[in-house]
Amino acid sequence: MTRAMEQYLRKGLKGTAFCPGCGHGLLLGSILRAVDRLGIPQDDLLFVSGIGCAAWIPSPNIGTDTLHTLHGRAIPFATGAKLANPKLTTIIASGDGDLTSIGGNHLIHAARRDLDVTVICANNQIYGMTGGQTACTTPVGTHTATDPAGNVFRPFDVCRLVKAAGARYAARYPVTRPVELIDAIEKAIRIKGFTFVEAISPCPTQYGRRNALGDLAKLYEAVDASCVTAEEAARLGEDERRRRFVVGEVVS
Amino acid sequence: MAEPKRKERPAAQLLQGNVAAAEAAIRAGCRFFAGYPITPSSEIMVRMAELLRERGGAFMQMEDEIASICAVAGASWSGAKAMTATSGPGFSLMQEGLGYAYFTETPLVLIDVQRAGPATGQATHVAQGDVMQFRYGSHGDLFPIALVPWSVQEMYDLTIRAFNLAERFRTPVFLAADEAVGHLRENAVLHDDYEVVDRVRFGDGDPFGSADPAGVPVMPAFGDGRALMVTGSTHDPKGFRKVDDPNVHDALVTRLMRKVMDHADEIVEVDAHLLDDAEIGIVAYGISARTSIAAVKRLRAKGVKAGLLRLKTLWPFPEREIARLGERVRAIVVPELNKGMIAGVVRGCTRARVLSITQTNGKTIDPSRVVRFAEEMS
Ligand SMILES: Cc1ncc(C[n+]2csc(CCOP(=O)(O)OP(=O)(O)O)c2C)c(N)n1
Ligand code: SF4
Repeated sequence: MTRAMEQYLRKGLKGTAFCPGCGHGLLLGSILRAVDRLGIPQDDLLFVSGIGCAAWIPSPNIGTDTLHTLHGRAIPFATGAKLANPKLTTIIASGDGDLTSIGGNHLIHAARRDLDVTVICANNQIYGMTGGQTACTTPVGTHTATDPAGNVFRPFDVCRLVKAAGARYAARYPVTRPVELIDAIEKAIRIKGFTFVEAISPCPTQYGRRNALGDLAKLYEAVDASCVTAEEAARLGEDERRRRFVVGEVVS
Repeated sequence: MAEPKRKERPAAQLLQGNVAAAEAAIRAGCRFFAGYPITPSSEIMVRMAELLRERGGAFMQMEDEIASICAVAGASWSGAKAMTATSGPGFSLMQEGLGYAYFTETPLVLIDVQRAGPATGQATHVAQGDVMQFRYGSHGDLFPIALVPWSVQEMYDLTIRAFNLAERFRTPVFLAADEAVGHLRENAVLHDDYEVVDRVRFGDGDPFGSADPAGVPVMPAFGDGRALMVTGSTHDPKGFRKVDDPNVHDALVTRLMRKVMDHADEIVEVDAHLLDDAEIGIVAYGISARTSIAAVKRLRAKGVKAGLLRLKTLWPFPEREIARLGERVRAIVVPELNKGMIAGVVRGCTRARVLSITQTNGKTIDPSRVVRFAEEMS
């Protein structure tokens, strides 16, 4: 973490719990830069997370009010906190498993209600904390602890899901493209109503290792290469497209 | 010129138990309600929706009970007195969130209007089958507070008390109602000469620890500028996650126990009826205490010296009061609408003979059953 953002880090913090090379650390940096640009007073910021490695992005790292809740339940906790004190800029940052699997129902209902919060989903396409099991975001054919022969089920396109449920804004970028990612987070927080940012975040320990993606540099290259714009995607065949993430703003 | 009006005690009004509880919540300062419809508790939510709209505050019908309890805990951390209401299946769904609220010392009130279970059971019929779920429903060591109303008046009075205890001890507090009391209609006074306890929000000290090993820490709210760190993982007094430190976990679990159990005298309330010379003591709670008081009157008319110890607090359990009763009577009878859940706890508090009257057919116990039972014994 660069010194520039130190004011947002919690005092008394001794290092991070993330594995070396975890994308969640980069996402933390992007979130802080977006918040810094917005100039919201730190006392008015509330970060809420569920359970998982990604839930550690705000808690304990960010030195504002933080609510580290139960697996899957960050959004309902945030709903109560925001409604009881509408002055709080409420940002939910948690994992793909947390927000879209166990917490999927809360996600679509918050979007439907247009709750004035921003959800940042760290999508590492797997359950990191519990040892690399299949998530509802795991791409078809990739290997996990519970699908060693390759996952057979289609993953959610979470941006399209929340769009269908009524989100005012949804965007997807990998942590390897921080300029776009920070812009998207900033825009999402600025927009009143339910907004969503999905950050593709590599998990070297569980996902990278199981899928033989090579060393960290290769893993990051592979993740970046899997992200294409809508125009790029249009030029791809169906099979090719299915293995890519379409990045950009899905709702604007 | 007209005389200035003296403040008059409000008149009694005919009310439903569930409605009285909603009125009480508002008067105790509740400004947030989240819930999901379920019989026989729904009238509480419906009335809260009206009252919060009139008096200010936030109401949210959530997508399920899991979301409801989590929203209530979130609102509490934003500084609001907050409540939910549910019944059996919904109460089961809330257990994980209740454990979180307990471990993070989040004040809230939950009213469970018990219906007959397990599973969907008899949705519209009475039972007292959740009494152990109040105590042991969530995982880990918990020392909860649960109050038991037996009348519409107590749906009002004990709901106010539940809010006060929640704030005083910074913990979730249950109102262990049952369908018969929740749906009862009778006269009650919505008085307003009660004490209202508010949480200690400002002060020195850490938000999750205190010098007193049975202490209740100050509880700042989100937005107070304290950069609060709230986590359901084991945490030190400042809120830092310390999951690998055996001393931190033990100290936290022990303090949470002592904060309730060392203050049991302040929390436990019982009500004694005709126990001074009693030879047979009936121990009952909720609607079964209504049955029992009727039975005591009939038994006395027949010359049987019976008396009633009515539990107004279920947890912490009134152990001392039961032990004292056991020393004075020949036998203790416990009528309840389950297979003897509280009778078993009573047995653990006394060496006196404890006899259990159980009924699980979705109906209240007829006083004549208790009368016959007591007569056979004497
Ligand atoms: C009710 C419940 N079920 C299961 C778990 C175990 N659990 C902890 S973290 C986690 C998965 C987290 O995955 P994700 O949200 O994708 O975050 P990541 O660790 O991959 O960053 C699970 C299943 C739990 N804590 N609570
Ligand atoms: S297991 Fe994966 S997601 Fe979790 S900290 Fe390690 S690299 Fe990051």
